[in-house]
Amino acid sequence: MEIVHVYTKLRSEFGRQCLFSDRPAELLVDVSPDPNLALQFIQKTRRDQAMQASRDMSEHQVNTERFESESRGINHLEGGWPKDINPQEMEQTIRFRKKVEKDEVYINSVLQLGSIMEHCIRQNNAVDIYREYFEDEDEVEENQEPPSAKTINVFSDPNELRRTITDLSWHPDGARKLAAAYSCLEFQKSCRGLSLDSYIWDIENPNKPELTLKPASPLVCLDYNPKDPHTLVGGSYNGQIVYWDTRRGGTPVEVSSVEQSHRDLVYKILWLQSKTGTDAFSASTDGQVLWWDVRRLSEPTDQLVLDPCREGNLDRAFGAVSLEFEPTMPTKFMVGTEQGLVVSCNRKAKTPAEKMVCTYEGHHGPVYALQRNPFFPKNFLTVGDWTARIWSEDIKESSIMWTRYQKSYLSNACWSPVRPPVFFTVKMDGTLDIWDILFKQNDPTLSLKVCSGLSTLQKNDKSLLAAMFERETKREKILEARQREIRLKERSRSEQSREEEGGPEVGDDSPHQLITWTEKDFFSLVEAEQRRRSEREGRGQQETAVCEEREEKNETTSAK
Amino acid sequence: MAEVEETLKRIQGQKGVQGIIIVNAEGIPIKTTMDNTSTVQYAGLLHQLVLKARSTVRDIDPQNDLTFMRVRSKKNEIMIAPDKDYFLIVIQNPSD
Repeated sequence: MEIVHVYTKLRSEFGRQCLFSDRPAELLVDVSPDPNLALQFIQKTRRDQAMQASRDMSEHQVNTERFESESRGINHLEGGWPKDINPQEMEQTIRFRKKVEKDEVYINSVLQLGSIMEHCIRQNNAVDIYREYFEDEDEVEENQEPPSAKTINVFSDPNELRRTITDLSWHPDGARKLAAAYSCLEFQKSCRGLSLDSYIWDIENPNKPELTLKPASPLVCLDYNPKDPHTLVGGSYNGQIVYWDTRRGGTPVEVSSVEQSHRDLVYKILWLQSKTGTDAFSASTDGQVLWWDVRRLSEPTDQLVLDPCREGNLDRAFGAVSLEFEPTMPTKFMVGTEQGLVVSCNRKAKTPAEKMVCTYEGHHGPVYALQRNPFFPKNFLTVGDWTARIWSEDIKESSIMWTRYQKSYLSNACWSPVRPPVFFTVKMDGTLDIWDILFKQNDPTLSLKVCSGLSTLQKNDKSLLAAMFERETKREKILEARQREIRLKERSRSEQSREEEGGPEVGDDSPHQLITWTEKDFFSLVEAEQRRRSEREGRGQQETAVCEEREEKNETTSAK
Repeated sequence: MAEVEETLKRIQGQKGVQGIIIVNAEGIPIKTTMDNTSTVQYAGLLHQLVLKARSTVRDIDPQNDLTFMRVRSKKNEIMIAPDKDYFLIVIQNPSD
């Protein structure tokens, strides 16, 4: 539909002038303010409004595509010359150079650079700044200062009633933590208020232990799992084996059942090498060595009775006081007994009789410590009564080296993990002795109620020590051979007599005979030693008392 | 002009100095005490090296700048003092 507007005007009216006339104002609309409407208005809160009179801008981002750049060098013979100068033309180049030389900037720069350069040149001439001054310093020189050690931290039992620490175990990862088993080992001493706890200490913080282990009965020994640094296994006073996970706090995760555990206190517990990493074995004075799988502590997996007759008879069994296990020799282990014997055992033996391979006799009292030399596993160190002895596995008659009888009872010993000839012993009177057998054999190198010289591995240590062990072993072999000869002679002479000279064999002598023999031997040795000591003090001579003692002992026994 | 000569002579007179080259920003050797071929070789190669070193230093920290460079080799030591427009290169055989 078309919208049409028709506008008509008479032709005669076109062009006529407009005639304006005044007219009075006419009120068309009057809108008065209505106050009621004001009520509908809501007043806006006053606020500051910023305004800027500027152009509107917008932000824009552009990510260009990465382009690969390469740097290449061109070795050109001559170049850089300005365009108008031909490098071949001598004249032009000379003229250019002369021009540059007259330049103000050039002069100033050269003067400044020249002074810097002169300084460096002179420096070069004075001292060779690149020379290696400390080339030959790789080998550590012998420490001329006397050995000394410093106490770093003292960790004391936070309880009021102080107890003795019976076992220590270092954390396998970096040794920042130390687990200590506290118990009171004095025979039948029961203190009411004695705390049952054992602690894990952080070596940086001696004020408060990091974790408290709460067993049901005080712990006598404990060991960190070398494969899993969070787990610990401990043996307690009542014979039970306890297993902890430090992530779960101080309460034991599992405890072995009382019926299946040891009948006496567990003197030592060690982790074994196994695929599952959960095997441990423990030894106790009840005469048993028990193997456990920590996942199932309700009963032991294996058992060995330390019966000298190899019958498995518990009544005649020796009490075990220490255990030794070297991860490099997983089928063998050694047990130190209360009777002074060290029994070497084979784990893989089929019958219990074959399990106990051989014994080493030499100590008069319980063998409190037993450890193989980490560098020479065939040699091991034992501590019992008042001496420390070093043995070679092959020589079963006696130890190859031993210390003098000390003034007080030796309670523990261990080899240094870094230096082969060094071992540490502790005595009941509280002294820590550091022995370096390459340096001095009669006395400890240092007695402390770890110095810097003893912690670095000296180059010749291992070979010298190997030579020393060989020498001593040979000597013992010769002595052993001689002993055997003498014994054979004796045996052929007195066929009916069952007494055997030259060291009692295991289980042959009756206990009474053993005691009398031991007493006689002991007193003669003590007298001899006292005599010798007074002689030496009088004379002031240095003798190898060690060898003489042995000769003397041989003489007394063979003279019988 | 005379001071420049004096400075260069003094440097040349130091013990062990084998040669001096002054190179401009484009790599043209302006003044040298060595023969032409060596000069050209040193100038061309060291110029690039200094530019690279300077750009490295400034990339790591834009406020930083290269002040001196020493290249120590088995037989001698090359020292380069860079400036805005010129480099001063000295080859020295250190006596030891």
